[in-house]
Amino acid sequence: MQVPLSWLKEFVEIDQPAEWVAERLTVAGLEVAHIRYVGVPQQTIEGIRQPKSHHLVWARDKILLGAIREVKPHPNADRLVLAMVDYGAGELEQCVTGAPNLRPYLGQGELDPPLWTAFALEGAVVYDGHSEERKLMTLKGKELRGIYNKSMVCSELELGISDEHEGVILMEERAGFVAGTPLQDVLGDVVFDIELTPNLGHCYSVLGVARELAALTNKPLRVQLDANVPVLQEGDSIFGQAKIEIRNPDLNPRFTAMLLKGTQVKPSPYWVQYRLKLSGQRPINNIVDVTNYVTFEMGQPLHAFDYDKLVQRAGGGVPTIITRTPEPGETLETLDGVKRVLGENQILVCDTAGVLSLGGIIGGAETEISETTTNVLLEAASWHFINIRKTCQAQKVFTEAATRFSRNIHPSRAIIGCRRGIELMRQWGGGMVAKDALDEYPKPPAPLCIDLPISEVKRLLGVELSVQNVAEMLTRLAFDVTLMGDTLRVGVPDYRTDMSEGVVGMADLVEEIARVMGYDNIPNTMLHDQTPPQRTNVRNEFEERVRDICVSLGLTENISYRMTAPELEAMLTPQGLPSSLPQARYVQLANPIASDKTVMRHTLLVSLLHNALLNARFTPRQQVFEVGHVYLLGEGQTLPDELLRLGVLMTGARSESAWMQQSSETVDFYDMKGVIEGVLRGLRLRDVRYTLGGHSSLHPARSATVHVGEQAVGAFGELHPLVASAFKLTGAPVLVAELDLEALLALAPKRHAVKPLPITPAVLEDIALVVDESLPAAQVETVIRKAGGALLRDVRLFDVYRGANLPPNSKSLAYALTYQTDEKTLTDKDVAKVRARIVQAAERELNAKLRS
Amino acid sequence: MSELKQVEREALDALQGVATAEALAAWKSKYLGSKGVVRDLLSKIASIPAEARKAYGQEVNALKDALTSAFDAREAQLAQAALQRDLEGGALDVTLDGRPRQSGRLHPSTQTLRQIMAIWADMGFQVYKSRDVELDDMNFTQLNFPPDHPARDMQDTFYTVDPSVILRTHTSPGQIRAMHELGENGTQPIRVVLPGMCYRFEQITTRSEVQFHQVEGLVVGRNVRMSDLKGTFTQFLKRLFGENTAVRFRASYFPFTEPSMEIDVECFLCGGAGCRVCKYTGWLEVAGSGMVHPNVLRNGGYDPSVWSGFAFGMGPERITMLKHDIQDIRYFWGNDLRFLGQF
Repeated sequence: MQVPLSWLKEFVEIDQPAEWVAERLTVAGLEVAHIRYVGVPQQTIEGIRQPKSHHLVWARDKILLGAIREVKPHPNADRLVLAMVDYGAGELEQCVTGAPNLRPYLGQGELDPPLWTAFALEGAVVYDGHSEERKLMTLKGKELRGIYNKSMVCSELELGISDEHEGVILMEERAGFVAGTPLQDVLGDVVFDIELTPNLGHCYSVLGVARELAALTNKPLRVQLDANVPVLQEGDSIFGQAKIEIRNPDLNPRFTAMLLKGTQVKPSPYWVQYRLKLSGQRPINNIVDVTNYVTFEMGQPLHAFDYDKLVQRAGGGVPTIITRTPEPGETLETLDGVKRVLGENQILVCDTAGVLSLGGIIGGAETEISETTTNVLLEAASWHFINIRKTCQAQKVFTEAATRFSRNIHPSRAIIGCRRGIELMRQWGGGMVAKDALDEYPKPPAPLCIDLPISEVKRLLGVELSVQNVAEMLTRLAFDVTLMGDTLRVGVPDYRTDMSEGVVGMADLVEEIARVMGYDNIPNTMLHDQTPPQRTNVRNEFEERVRDICVSLGLTENISYRMTAPELEAMLTPQGLPSSLPQARYVQLANPIASDKTVMRHTLLVSLLHNALLNARFTPRQQVFEVGHVYLLGEGQTLPDELLRLGVLMTGARSESAWMQQSSETVDFYDMKGVIEGVLRGLRLRDVRYTLGGHSSLHPARSATVHVGEQAVGAFGELHPLVASAFKLTGAPVLVAELDLEALLALAPKRHAVKPLPITPAVLEDIALVVDESLPAAQVETVIRKAGGALLRDVRLFDVYRGANLPPNSKSLAYALTYQTDEKTLTDKDVAKVRARIVQAAERELNAKLRS
Repeated sequence: MSELKQVEREALDALQGVATAEALAAWKSKYLGSKGVVRDLLSKIASIPAEARKAYGQEVNALKDALTSAFDAREAQLAQAALQRDLEGGALDVTLDGRPRQSGRLHPSTQTLRQIMAIWADMGFQVYKSRDVELDDMNFTQLNFPPDHPARDMQDTFYTVDPSVILRTHTSPGQIRAMHELGENGTQPIRVVLPGMCYRFEQITTRSEVQFHQVEGLVVGRNVRMSDLKGTFTQFLKRLFGENTAVRFRASYFPFTEPSMEIDVECFLCGGAGCRVCKYTGWLEVAGSGMVHPNVLRNGGYDPSVWSGFAFGMGPERITMLKHDIQDIRYFWGNDLRFLGQF
């Protein structure tokens, strides 16, 4: 909302600088997002931060209010005229100008009253009206077709007011106009761009902002716009000339109308147009401008009908305005030229012949004000705010009126707006206002009263205030306060539709008190309430621990979109294979933002593969992980299970290349297995087993399923070549893993014991066993450990050899064995016995041969 | 006995010519080894006449001592020379890069989240997590957003095909869940922080994203006041942004708090003088907050005439962007390693 400071000053005395006002409003919840300066300088106020403004400041001695006393022809040029300008210097300045809006005054001799204008003298800085882009120029004297000229009558564009450059500014005479007054003091202004939160409907006008300022600065309102706002009513009564019928009082609680006859449609006075322009509204004509002016001024939108067209539609009889919901299939062509199909509950203003306008939102084309309108029926009504909002969204139309109505304007405002509007129309267009007003108001809402014990203020704000002090602050905001001991009985002004009753109302009042006193004046204290029961969030700590382990293993964390598309996840399963993804329904979005973000994910793998592809161009070596949720919607569930998963992806060189090491080997299955082992070891998980394959997204010969105890907890390995090519990852092999952190959380031991350090020396020995190629190494180790018994402390595979000197289809596994016991220092004899047991067991159970 | 003198001269001459550790070892083996010259001379003692044996023995021992001390001296000399050579020769090009280590990194959002949580943990706030896919009722109605209320316009929502289910637009529904789960029917105080991912139906641009983290805070007690909110949050901001950070509280509106306020900090990049990051206002908006609305307390099982509370919410991505002058929010979920590698 654009609010000119000059307009605010009409309602409340403001002696502080604009920057101070903006800060005070902002801190009180009316955020001034931007300050626009029109001709006047920005001021720097100690303690207030404002962005530097780079606007044109009108020099006080060079840009002045001028009076054009005569317009003379230019002797040498038909398209130029000579404006004889009085700027308070005694002599008239002869100013050469091409302004087309001065031509009609040619040959009229001396003008009385004069034409008031914006006048710039030599040396003044203004915008160059002839330049395509906005650039400043300094006015210099020069000959214009043989006549020396050193001044200028200005357009709005040249002064930085608007883009208007069709003619120069011409103002009607107003009281107090003195030629030579600095223009800053006449048209100079500051416009606040105020962003209002949805609760501040009552501030959605100049009056609304002025009320706030009056309360914040403790000044009275200069002008009260209430139901007694004056109207000169000299015409015949409106009764018998129009009727109103409300059919749905819930959607349309009040409808008022007044009638102006014999008016003239023409442009509004310059000052009205100027005000509307500063407020962001294009002037149209005096009648339509009034509806906008009153909307901006007091927040009550109005709608003007051409009365004669209504009479015509009524077949010459008395028009009846009917508000109702649409008949099936009804349509309306609105002022914006759109033909609208009307939906259920979209309340309409109609007459007996059909639909006139979409109530509270936008008028219809047929009965709008035209150049020839002379009789105006002015509507000021009240509409249910939520219904207005729904209709706007359904019809995709957002107007100044609808924006205000959707913020809940109290029905009491309607008659005030109607009276104010019809009087301004009379003043700006002439004519006679019919006596009386039509006013249908079937269900006036009850007034609101809140009892506020003073203790509530201290309880909620933490600051001690007296009843008198609080009463004074609320009174400044126009609340009607009665003291009842330690309780304030607070009558709420009707326009404060943001206030509630009871305990909520008390909180509402406490907020008002805090706003008026200023949040800065509430002290800063530390919590001194009882400390709540302390709880450890085991799940959260586990999740963070997994992240730390992954980072310690050299992986970089990804966080990806949790939305994906089923088609993308389907790409993880090669055609003809069963899916290894969770069998669950998707949480499906009703309004997805993009075709690749239509559901919540079932797996982290798509995100990881997508990231890998994006990174491939710049960072071929990738070692990343993600810890995050998948969303599985089971049968009969409304809300999905949100389950934690760990995803890992590695591709590219095993180690970084550098000048001393050229890395050519790419990561393989065993790199990923190292990561998985690192994670599981970090979580102290025991009894871990790996079995070949088991996940259809992975290469069947170079992948594994991880088991902890009896439970499968995830899979890892090289991406299946068909999946890799589906995701366009056709370069180096891509290794991925996905682990079920929910399972790992359940399985991870809460504590683990640390082994004491050995107190006896160890005996180290290597053995190599030749076994069948297909025998898994884990099985060999199991046999060795079992046969080795208590004296065999550690077994480590250090070499796998395949070669010519071995029997076909066999391999040699070399193990480093550590023998140790705390009981005694082992002798060679002790060790030889165990070793013999191991070799025998290997021969017997694995058909292994000791390699010599 | 010139034979022994002869041996001594010969050995000492040879020792002078020894320049390497190997040659030194060979010399030692030749003269002082178990099959060396000295041992050989000693073994001849049996063939020496009995009366001369003692003198012979003494002389061979003297020879041995002389050779041993000469050896020790030479050894020390050579070691010294070797050390000298090592220290003086082959200086490295210290400007060459070090050998790369494999190091992982946490995502910047995680880093900021942890930093935020750690500060709140110090003040006695524990982590409570709540779900991403939420009931419309929890996200809005329970938080005092009436159906179709204009306040809902502040939140662009992702709806699901089940009209009762949405993606949470803020972490605030966690307030209701925390009150139900921890409040024991409105009888226990609460102090929690609720981190989590939120979702808004917006175009993805440099300044807006469809998903973002939020950290919510909730305090409920019998004696919790707006002054506590101001004091506690100011302490938090001073720890997050620096001891001298100026803080501004502005009135605002959220349906689930009353009074409501926006919290700004003085721009830490320009010190409030005005720069690109603070859009030349000198202030950075970092959090929304307020006293828990009586209806929300009631929906959480508390009697609002006895219990009160405060709540706040902030965005770790926004804070990260401010701290590191990041201009494009899309970097966060883009997972470009060139971005992630900078944290």
